[in-house]
Amino acid sequence: MYIETSTGNWEVVIGLEIHAQIISNSKLFSSASTKFGANPNENVSYIDAALPGVLPVINSYCVDQAIKTGLGLNATVNNISFFDRKNYFYADLPQGYQITQFFHPIVSGGYIDLEKEDGTLHRINLERIHIEQDAGKSIHDQSPTKSFIDLNRAGVALMEIVTKPDMRSAEEVTLFLQKLRSILRYLKTCDGNMDEGSMRADVNISLHRPGTPYGTRAEIKNVNSIKFMAIAVNYEIERQINILENGGEVEQETRLFDSVRGITKTMRSKEDAQDYRYFPEPDLPPLILEQSRIDAIKNTIPELPDAKARRLQKEYDLPKYDTTLISEEIEIADFYESALKSINSGSNEVAKLLANWLLGDLFALLNKNNKNITESNISAQNLAELIILIKDNVISGKIAKEVIELMWNEKKSAKEIVEEKGLKQITSPEEIKISLKEVLEEHKDKVLEYKSGKDKLFGFFVGQAMKKTKGKANPKILNDILKELLSE
Amino acid sequence: MYKLSLCEIRDGLLKKEFSSVEITKCFLDRIDRYKNINAYITICHEQAIKSAEESDKRISSGDARTMEGIPIGIKDLFVTKGIRTTSGSKMLENFIPPYESTVTQKLIDAGSVFLGKTNMDEFAMGSSNSTSYYGKVLNPWKIQEKLVPGGSSGGSAAAVAGHLCAAATGSDTGGSIRQPAAFTGIVGLKPTYGRCSRFGMIAMASSLDQAGVLTKTVQDSAAFLKVIAGYDEKDSTSVKKEVPDYESFVKKSIKGMKIGIPKEFRVNGMSEDIEKCWRKGANILKEAGAEVIDVSLPYAKYALPVYYIIQPAEASANLARYDGVRYGFRASGKTLDEMYENTREQGFGDEVKRRIMIGTYVLSAGYFDAYYMKALKVQKLIRQNFHDVFEKVDALLTPTTPTSAFSLENEPKDPVTMYLNDIFTVTANIAGVPGMSVPMGLDSEEKPLGLQLIAPHFREDLLIQIGSILELNANFPTLKEIL
Repeated sequence: MYIETSTGNWEVVIGLEIHAQIISNSKLFSSASTKFGANPNENVSYIDAALPGVLPVINSYCVDQAIKTGLGLNATVNNISFFDRKNYFYADLPQGYQITQFFHPIVSGGYIDLEKEDGTLHRINLERIHIEQDAGKSIHDQSPTKSFIDLNRAGVALMEIVTKPDMRSAEEVTLFLQKLRSILRYLKTCDGNMDEGSMRADVNISLHRPGTPYGTRAEIKNVNSIKFMAIAVNYEIERQINILENGGEVEQETRLFDSVRGITKTMRSKEDAQDYRYFPEPDLPPLILEQSRIDAIKNTIPELPDAKARRLQKEYDLPKYDTTLISEEIEIADFYESALKSINSGSNEVAKLLANWLLGDLFALLNKNNKNITESNISAQNLAELIILIKDNVISGKIAKEVIELMWNEKKSAKEIVEEKGLKQITSPEEIKISLKEVLEEHKDKVLEYKSGKDKLFGFFVGQAMKKTKGKANPKILNDILKELLSE
Repeated sequence: MYKLSLCEIRDGLLKKEFSSVEITKCFLDRIDRYKNINAYITICHEQAIKSAEESDKRISSGDARTMEGIPIGIKDLFVTKGIRTTSGSKMLENFIPPYESTVTQKLIDAGSVFLGKTNMDEFAMGSSNSTSYYGKVLNPWKIQEKLVPGGSSGGSAAAVAGHLCAAATGSDTGGSIRQPAAFTGIVGLKPTYGRCSRFGMIAMASSLDQAGVLTKTVQDSAAFLKVIAGYDEKDSTSVKKEVPDYESFVKKSIKGMKIGIPKEFRVNGMSEDIEKCWRKGANILKEAGAEVIDVSLPYAKYALPVYYIIQPAEASANLARYDGVRYGFRASGKTLDEMYENTREQGFGDEVKRRIMIGTYVLSAGYFDAYYMKALKVQKLIRQNFHDVFEKVDALLTPTTPTSAFSLENEPKDPVTMYLNDIFTVTANIAGVPGMSVPMGLDSEEKPLGLQLIAPHFREDLLIQIGSILELNANFPTLKEIL
C-alpha cells in the first residue's frame, strides 16, 4: 500500500511501543496498592519512595500476567530473563532509575493478525514484551511557582510491547491497537483504557520510496486515544511527505502530539537524546521461569477474539459482521454466549435472532444511555427471556420492540412486562376470526373492491384487525384466516 | 569490665556478675570520655539505658535472648527506625528512618543494646574513614600518632578496639570490615554475599555489599554472625540456606586441612613485616596439623580494577535517589535541574562525587562494553579461579592489607594509592566468598597487622574454625587502654 503523489510512490513504515499497565492489586516491586483514583501519594510504600536501603522484590502475579500476555500474543516466553536499570533524573522517578528489562526480556517475538477489508490477513510481528515499573506523575498546573509529585503510579507494573515496523498506514495502526486492546482485555492482563493512561502508545514513523532502505524515523509520544492515534499518524505522514518532496530531510527526533490542534511538534532532537546507561539490576536475581509454570498459565488462556468469532461463525452460521462485533469485546461476547446458553435452543435461527436483538436494539439502548454492556439495565438472562417469548410466538417482533424499551426503563423482566401490560400475542384462531369478521363487516365496500381485483386492500384489512387487537394478533394466523374469509 | 569480649559479657550477664545497665553505662561513659576518637556519629544515651533496663528485667526473669543486654555499635549505614541514619554523609544529616533494617531488627529481637551509630566513610567510600562528613576517626592504637582506623567501617573498628562497645556491625564491599579490623587489631568477618540481608543497608555497590561483624575475638564473631545471618524475603539476593551454629566450630581441630597460600598476593614492595606475619600464620596452621600449600589465582590481580569499575557503576545508580526531592538535604535552585545540581554538589563529598563520575562514565554509551561488560567477564574468570582453587584447598591465607595503619598526616593524597589498600580484600567481594581478618601481631612500629582467611561460599564455619586456631596461637597483644 503506497501513497501516490506527483513525484511517485511513498511507503509508510510504522512501529509501535505500547506501555500497558498490568492488572494487579499491588505494584511490581512493592506491596502498595495500585487502585486508580486514590488521594495523591496514598499508595506509596517506602520502596516506591526509594528510601535509603530499600530493595525491590518481584511481584510474581505481575510476572504471571506478562507470561499470559506473551502466550496470548503467540510469543515465546523466555525461561530466563533479567532486570536492568535505566538511569535518568526526574522528580517523579524516586530511584533515579527505572527497573526494566533491556538486554533480556521475558517475552520474545509474537504477532497479531489483522484482517483487511478484502478479508486477507496482514500479520504484525512483535519484537518483544518486557516488564518494567512506571514512574510517578509530576503535576505542574496547580501553582504558578511549584510542581507537585504524586507517587501513586510510581512502581506500578507495565508491559512494554514493542512491534516490528510492520504497519503501513494509520488504518493499520488503528486496527492493531483495537485488536491488541481486545486481546489484553480477554486475557485480563491490562484494561486497555487509553484515556486513563493504563495503555499508552508511542509511534515511530518513517517514509521511503518502495525498494529503497527505510527513511529516518520520528517518534510521536503522548497520544492518548486510538482516534487521536490515527490523526497523529496521518498528520505525521503529511508532514514528512512535505519535507521529503521539498528536498528536505526528516530529522530523527521525538515529537509530542497536540490533541487540541491535531498536530505533532518537536519535543527533543536526537542531540538531546538521553544516555540511559542501562546496566544489570544488581538487586534482583535472574527471573527464572520453570516450564511447568508457563504451561500452567497456558491452560488459563481463554478463547481469544479471533477464535471465538470463527467458532460462532461455524457453530451458528452467523454472518461475519455479527461475529466480529460480538467477539471484539469480551464482555459483549460473554453477554451473548450467556444469553444463548439461557435460551438453550441450539437452532441457528435463534442464534441469529439473539445477535440481531443484541447488536440492534440493545446496542441502541446502550448508546442512547451512554452505557457499556456491563452497565446494561437488561441482563443477558432477561434478553434471553425476551428472545424465548419471540421464538415461541408469545409476542410478535413488533411488540418485542416495545417490550425491550420497557424492560430498560422499568428494569423488569420481559415476562413481567408482557404479563403486566397484557401484551401477550393472540394466537387463538377463534379470537382473531371474531376481530376479522368485525373488520370485514365494517368495510363491506372495501371487501367488494378487493374481490373485484384490488389486491392491495389485503394489507388494509390486516392493519385494521391489528388495530382492533392492539397489535397483539399473531400475524401469521391473522393472515391465514383473512385469506380464508376473503375467499369465501 | 569494658575489656570483656561479647561472649564474656553474655556469660557475665547471665551469671548476674553485672547488669546490662552497668555495662551499658560503662561503655557510654567511655564513648563520652574518648570523644576525640570520634567513633560514633550518633550516641543513643537514653535509648541504650532503656533497652538495657529491659534486658535486665528479662535476664532476671529468665527470658534472656541470645544477645540479651549486650551493648553494641551499629555502623551508620544500617537504617534504624527513629534513630538518625546518615551513612556518613551531609546528604542524610537529618534523616530519621521510618523503618528498621533486617540486620538491626534481628539484633533488637536478640535483645542487644544499641549504644549508637558508628562513624564511617561517606556512603562507605573510603579506606581510612577520612571521607566522613562527621569528621575523621582516630585509631585507638598509639593515639598520639593519629593513625587512621581504616575504612569504611572505621568507626566500628575504633569502637571495638578502643573498648567503646562489645562488638559492632560493619559492611564490606571491597574490604570495609577486614581492612579496618586489621588496622585496629581486631577480628573482622565479611560473610558470603547473600548470607545476611541487605534490606535496610544503605547501598553502595549492591552486588558486592555485605553486612558483617567487627569483634574482639573469633568466638565473638561466630556468636554475632549467627544472629544477623539468614535468608530474608525482603532481599531477593539473600540465600535460603540454614545458618549453622558457628560457635561450635571455635577451636575445633584443623588437622588434615589444606590451606592455600596464593602467590599472586605476594606483591612487589611488600614489607618484611607483612612477610613475617604471613609466615607466622602459616606456621601456626602447620603446627596445628594443617597442610599449607602454594596455590595460584591467576586472575586475582585484576580484582582491584574490576572492583573500581563495578563498584562505582552500581554506586552511581544507587546514589541517584539523593536528589533533594523527597528526603535528606536539599539546596535551592531556580529550576529542577539547578536544584539537583546544587543539592548534589553541596550534599556529597569529593570521594563520592569522584565515584559517581567514574561510574557514570563506565556506563555511558560507547564505554559500557569496554569497561562494565569487560569487568563482568573478568569477574567470572576470578570466580572460576576461586572455584578451582577450592577444589584443592579448604581455605586461603593472605595478608589482610599491604601495610599497617598509616597516620592521617601520611594519608595518600591520590585516590589510586588509597584504593590499593583494598588489594588483598577486594578479591573476596568480587568472588562473593567469605573472608575474615584475624589479628596476628605488631609490625616494627608496634602497629597491628592482620591475616586474612578466605573460604568457599557459605563456609564461614571454616573461617571461624581456622581463625580461632590462628587467634589462639598468635598471642596478639590486644589493646589494653587508649594511651
